Amino acid sequence: MSDATLQKGTTARFRSATEESPLARRALIGVAFIGLAILVFAPLIAVFAEALADGVSAALRSLANPDALDAIRLTLTIAAISVPLNAAFGIAAAWFITKFDFRGKAFLITLIDLPFSVSPVVAGLCIVLMFGTNSLIGGWLVAQGFPIVFAMPGIILATLFVTFPFVARELIPVMIEQGRAEEEAALTLGASGWRTFWTVTLPNIRWALLYGVLLCNARAMGEFGAVSVVSGKIRGQTATMPTTIEMLYQEYLSVAAFSLAAVLALLALLTLLLKTALEIRHADQLAATHRH
Amino acid sequence: MHIEIDEISKQFGVTAALHPVSLSIPSGALVALLGPSGSGKTTLLRILGGLEFPTSGRVLFDGQDATGLTVQERRAGFVFQSYALFRHMTVFDNIAYGLNARPRASRPTKAEISRRVTKLLELIQLPEVGGRFPSQLSGGQRQRVALARALAIEPRMLLLDEPFGALDAKVRKELRQGLRDIHDETGLTTVFVTHDQEEAMELADLVVVMSMGRIEQVGKPQDIRARPATDFVRDFVTA
Ligand SMILES: Nc1ncnc2c1ncn2[C@@H]1O[C@H](COP(=O)(O)OP(=O)(O)O)[C@@H](O)[C@H]1O
Ligand SMILES: [Mg+2]
Repeated sequence: MSDATLQKGTTARFRSATEESPLARRALIGVAFIGLAILVFAPLIAVFAEALADGVSAALRSLANPDALDAIRLTLTIAAISVPLNAAFGIAAAWFITKFDFRGKAFLITLIDLPFSVSPVVAGLCIVLMFGTNSLIGGWLVAQGFPIVFAMPGIILATLFVTFPFVARELIPVMIEQGRAEEEAALTLGASGWRTFWTVTLPNIRWALLYGVLLCNARAMGEFGAVSVVSGKIRGQTATMPTTIEMLYQEYLSVAAFSLAAVLALLALLTLLLKTALEIRHADQLAATHRH
Repeated sequence: MHIEIDEISKQFGVTAALHPVSLSIPSGALVALLGPSGSGKTTLLRILGGLEFPTSGRVLFDGQDATGLTVQERRAGFVFQSYALFRHMTVFDNIAYGLNARPRASRPTKAEISRRVTKLLELIQLPEVGGRFPSQLSGGQRQRVALARALAIEPRMLLLDEPFGALDAKVRKELRQGLRDIHDETGLTTVFVTHDQEEAMELADLVVVMSMGRIEQVGKPQDIRARPATDFVRDFVTA
């Protein structure tokens, strides 16, 4: 193999202590690519292939179905409401944890992680128990004409719960690493706390924030377990894209199911593209803020 | 501005960072807080700057009680140990920050801000670096930019925490003279923290030797050398 000759040619060169031998490096890269191909690319391609199995027009027709359109609209609405809310909660939580010293900090960090360790289905059931028609609060809210379960507020609550950690998790390590010195400098220069936040804290965390928001958004649009419990999956009303996909699939409407799945995948790819584009566009600032 | 520290103590939970200490800093003086690590120098400096509040005692600026003044109201030019330059802003924007942060009524015009920043860049002898980011500067340049940023707010005093701590010996010597020059030019009451006795002795008009949250001795460099008040001071300044 040509690997062997290449290997021979390069071993004579010096290489840094952390660098693997060329052979090991190739092997590692190969494993990573095979893993990616099997776990990520192949399923993605399969989704699009299934969606287009009966041709483009069949796929488009299935998406033009009112239920599909309602599901897309609902999912986008849910993401548009819950992502900004969780970005704000996440910033507040990370700010509080990293900029102040108080007892019970470790406990609070654990609490933020809770949604990662609790099964989404359990979380959904908790919301049903808390706010269902048979519960104290839920019964009262229904009487006021503001139902939570099997309605939009329940779906938003479930999504908020499941996606809560994403932003805070991204921000906490970055904010701990950056410390408080720049904020203190801004204060000594006469800036108010509010101004300091907007001109110093936020710009310093914007990339971590963007990353957290994108992850949060992807999960908000894709969440299935908790939402399927609280939403009741009423078509045209509370059925989101993931729950609609599942129902269509159960009904053997394969083209419709995979077309909608393809749209969901495209939305996720779009967010990734957006992130990459921003990174390329602001590469100089990115370099300036990271290596310091 | 004359600074009076009146029986200031500071407690962090169970650690006493400062036992009650008193100190009078004459207007226009260049003062060194000298002591080993953990002796309470930074804590005292931060209390002067309003970044930390004392457990007991008072701070007086020109005879007026300033203990309750917020950090913004103190108008102290503060140079942080690792400079704390805003990493996402250019050098120009770093220096202009304090002027831009002023309320609209007292904020200079854009042209005036630009003029002042340019003048400060000349003062620190770095007229060319305005467009760079902090990460593109050497340690010594960063320190000087931090100094210019602190001076831009027309501070009432200058407080510097280990301003030469992170620099190599040669740059350190150069910048020492730079600080002396800027002090003499502006006439600002200046307090700097150091653990390097040679630096304190060479640069300061008045040296405050600290140990374990107490002030051991206050005096002119030559007096401290000639007549150390305690065994600790003798050991520390001859080290
Ligand atoms: N924010 C803080 N929380 C708890 N202890 C602190 C804090 N800041 C300083 N200390 C303690 O106060 C003492 C004095 O610290 P410091 O003023 O930083 O000393 P120096 O600057 O002379 O090295 C040290 O024992 C230090 O551990
Ligand atoms: Mg210190």
